[in-house]
Amino acid sequence: MSSVSLRNLKISFGAVNVLETLNLEVAEGEFIVLLGPSGCGKSTLLNAIAGLLDLTEGQVFIGGRNVTWAEPSERGIGMVFQSYALYPRLTVEGNLSFGLKMSGMPKAEIARRVADAARILQIEPLMKRQPAQLSGGQRQRVAIGRALVRNASVLLFDEPLSNLDAKLRTELRVEIKRLHKALGSTMIFVTHDQVEALTLADRIAVMHKGVIRQLASPKEIYQRPVDRFVASFVGSPQMNFLSGRIVRRDEALAFRLDGGGEIGLNGYDFTHPVSDGQVATLGIRPEQAQLQPSPQHTESLEPTFTIDEPMGPDTLLWGTLGGETFSLRTTSDHTPNLGTAMPIYVNPAQVSLFDAAGERL
Amino acid sequence: MTTHHTSEGPSGPAPRRIGPARLGIYAFLLISALFFLLPLYVMLVTSVKPMAEIREGGLFALPSAVTFEPWIRAWSSACTGLDCRGISPGFWISVKILIPSVIASILIGAITGYALSFWRARGANLLFAALLLGAFLPYQVFIYPLVRIYSATGLFSTIYALVLTHVIFGLPVMTLLFRNYYAGIPIDLFKAARVDGGKFFSIFFRLMLPMSIPMLVVAVILQVTGIWNDFIMGLTFGGLANRPMTVQLTNLVAPTEGEIAYNVNMAATIMTAAVPLIIYFISGRWFVRGIAAGAVKG
Repeated sequence: MSSVSLRNLKISFGAVNVLETLNLEVAEGEFIVLLGPSGCGKSTLLNAIAGLLDLTEGQVFIGGRNVTWAEPSERGIGMVFQSYALYPRLTVEGNLSFGLKMSGMPKAEIARRVADAARILQIEPLMKRQPAQLSGGQRQRVAIGRALVRNASVLLFDEPLSNLDAKLRTELRVEIKRLHKALGSTMIFVTHDQVEALTLADRIAVMHKGVIRQLASPKEIYQRPVDRFVASFVGSPQMNFLSGRIVRRDEALAFRLDGGGEIGLNGYDFTHPVSDGQVATLGIRPEQAQLQPSPQHTESLEPTFTIDEPMGPDTLLWGTLGGETFSLRTTSDHTPNLGTAMPIYVNPAQVSLFDAAGERL
Repeated sequence: MTTHHTSEGPSGPAPRRIGPARLGIYAFLLISALFFLLPLYVMLVTSVKPMAEIREGGLFALPSAVTFEPWIRAWSSACTGLDCRGISPGFWISVKILIPSVIASILIGAITGYALSFWRARGANLLFAALLLGAFLPYQVFIYPLVRIYSATGLFSTIYALVLTHVIFGLPVMTLLFRNYYAGIPIDLFKAARVDGGKFFSIFFRLMLPMSIPMLVVAVILQVTGIWNDFIMGLTFGGLANRPMTVQLTNLVAPTEGEIAYNVNMAATIMTAAVPLIIYFISGRWFVRGIAAGAVKG
């Protein structure tokens, strides 16, 4: 178990800055997910931690040791790749023992470690097979095993589930979480899939254009996104954004939609001072609005829904509110009338407000 | 078996017909095969005919009395100039040139290609461009400067000069071949090997080289053929002591006084051509196997 610490990390390829002065502290045994769209620098960051990429500036510490100039194999890391990257001409056993053999470890110790990893990942029946004879899920297990045999205190995952089909992805996701609980090693996991991020992470670092926009627990990221990018990237279907203004109404603040309608903001936890008439965006997640009022869901708006999508456990309603797209998730079996305006209710303490620049208010 | 009747009309695969297009293709293939096989046939039958029979004409006729005497003479006692030891000394010199040249050029080319595709040293692209340029420059340009360099360093007319020349001239193409092959291997594989503790040479020899068998076979075919068939380098740098087989063959078949021993010439020519041919036959099978093995993906 080692902590990972990135200090003033900067990586540029020629004139292009892929990572801008980035700082990140990962605690021992923590599960960190680097989440972001493609090209945000998350894989670059992982490669930099692994030592597979030269830094332009800054330092990398693993377990308190400065490993900025250390070889990948000297950093105490194991790495799992999206493409599995299994050695094609070796058996599963050969793949697991390849690195240990190269380091000249005694055979008995290699056999013990390989057997341990095979048992943990339940790949014992596959040991004599070639990678080409394995399914995608089995290959990725072997790839994880190859990282495990190194007894690495930090495991790095580069989109390991992206090449798997939906069912396997869910299975292996749970497996990885179980593995983290069992081993307690520090894990850094790169993905563009927000479900993986929300389900696996102790903390998520949402990245965009080479910068960490928000580093917080999944709950915090989901409920209190720091800006519009984080708010729109996390959550599916994405948060509804409604443009309007902050207004003062009866000594209290309210939000007046440009397209008509108004909600009181009593209970909203402002992080910045606001002024009367300030341009802002109201963000409501589809499940933060409901069809019936409740003691908390006091404020109402009137969208018109035109389409319903039954998803099984719940139903998504799609429509418009003041000319902007609006979606709502309801668990109610009762489908409302489509095509006519109807009231929905929100809790002001749950919604998000962003200023004109997209920062949370 | 199902007894269910489908509706009338065409059903299942369409019947195959041999149309005029297909007949044309077969005719073309047959004629091409004959065209390329005919000279070989003439060489073979002539090489086992006694001179008396050759003098009668009948180029395409089968030999009435088969004799292997021309083959024995060509190998061990035919005269090239004053030297009457046949073509065998040239064969062994060619082998001595071939083996180190092929191994060294392929190995160095593969390592250079590997370094260029995976390690991305500073200026790697520039180096690669220079190598490519080298592949397209005509050899003749280098010959005189090389003669001067070899004579200044005392390498001239030694086997080393020939091996060195073949390795250097083989490098651009070998590097290009392997660089492009390695460019097709996912970079993640290389990264995984580095995390696993691989160094420059251990990754190459333990991971990349075993994966390169199809390319190695191609490289061996190219290099063996090229180096064995080389004439100008052998003639220029070999001197009198190290004439490869090709140079000796020309001396042997060059018209001298007296009767031209067509059967001996044919036998010597077939022997000289045999090595690349054998390589084609042996490695062709491996080549196909290598490609097939690489093509199996999950």
